[in-house]
Amino acid sequence: MRGPSIVVRTVARWVVAFIFLYGIFIVAFGHLTPGGGFAGGVILACAFVLEVLAWGKESALAGFPFRVAKRLDSAGALLFLALALLGLLFAGGFFINVIQRVEPGQPLRLFNGGIIPLANLAIALKVCASLFLVMVVLSALRVRAGGSDADLASEEEE
Amino acid sequence: MVYVLCLLLFMVGLFGALTQKNLIKIIVSLAVMEYAVNVFLVVLGYRAGGSAPIVASAAEPARQFAAGSVDPLPQAMVLTAIVIGLGVLALLTAIALRLYHTYGTYDITKIRKLRG
Amino acid sequence: MTNLLVLLLAFMIIAAIVAIWTEDLLSSVIAVGAVGFGSSVAFLLLSAPDVAITQIVVEVLTLVILIRATVGREAHTVSGARDTFGLAVAGALVLMLLVFTVGVLGTLPPFGSPAVARVADAPSTAYLTEGLAKTGAGNIVTAVLLDYRGYDTLGEATVLFTAIVGAMALLRRRSRNAAPGKELQP
Repeated sequence: MRGPSIVVRTVARWVVAFIFLYGIFIVAFGHLTPGGGFAGGVILACAFVLEVLAWGKESALAGFPFRVAKRLDSAGALLFLALALLGLLFAGGFFINVIQRVEPGQPLRLFNGGIIPLANLAIALKVCASLFLVMVVLSALRVRAGGSDADLASEEEE
Repeated sequence: MVYVLCLLLFMVGLFGALTQKNLIKIIVSLAVMEYAVNVFLVVLGYRAGGSAPIVASAAEPARQFAAGSVDPLPQAMVLTAIVIGLGVLALLTAIALRLYHTYGTYDITKIRKLRG
Repeated sequence: MTNLLVLLLAFMIIAAIVAIWTEDLLSSVIAVGAVGFGSSVAFLLLSAPDVAITQIVVEVLTLVILIRATVGREAHTVSGARDTFGLAVAGALVLMLLVFTVGVLGTLPPFGSPAVARVADAPSTAYLTEGLAKTGAGNIVTAVLLDYRGYDTLGEATVLFTAIVGAMALLRRRSRNAAPGKELQP
């Protein structure tokens, strides 16, 4: 049968969960240990890409639909912008760390740092959704050399 | 010496981008140029014997930490540059796939006539 | 440490030469993966763990995307008349650039003493000494990226968004007379 062998699929089933957990750890502790929103977002996207490679695009899209990914992408960017505007509204300057100014927490704990963990989360959402979209679109494509546009099989618009 | 090697890597990529005829090889040359520039930027910020710019404990005095750590500013800039490089590479691959679909080849000397 | 870094950069140069002038497309993509992994080890040697993590993961995704573009397509490079004039002009240009830039490299600070060590009022000194107190984040690189230089991160998010939307727009079906709801093939 076509597709990856059963060894690949069984191992991938366990590994996807670990990659996802590792990605969440890197994003959440981004302001304390090396990592941050970008690296964590790319690791989360890698978990979904592994699912696409091991089980095919339909299985990955069943768990994380196309339109949800598109909206999550835009939501991440808008959340980042909203956090920046919060600074403008409450502290008089674009992108000022309002939460840290108003109510500084204890240093080096998980839930302090003001705007920084939230901005990490927004960036991670955006990067993960974007890279998953690109991977799905690239693997949905079935090009034939010299074909016309009607042969270009791609995801239907939603 | 380290600077010269980074520059050599960049020149290798540049020469490849100028002379190669296969579209995928051109994309590969662009990726090599991008790696060279990233390494060069981080090398600029390195302090000999320095430690990573991560505060381990709040008890350590700030002056001592600042005197022993590497420069964090180039690292932050390179972080964004790496992720932007990935996005640009995805776009380039999409263009290459579209060209292959229309012309049937990756050879740029054959992609001449505007079609479709 | 410097010797190790020099050795690593020499390995990256050899891998890049292999990547660009080999005949097979798949070998070329794998060799550029070697360049990327070497660069990640170089970041680790230069005390930049954040950047090393990001480089490794981005390198893996780059390889997946590039292999997606090359597997199954024609895997041999072009045959045809070798364009010697073009090669000579490109070679002369690159050589000239190399000679002049090596002269400029002498004006750079010596390897191992960055601007923050030599200049008294470099911005990084302020970031390092009062980063924890003012932003509350232990990772100074994240503090710089999202608090001191948040505007640059906003620009980066915009650029990434545009690139991805462009890639998606390129690979979309153009003919509208296909039946809606037609299932796509993997």
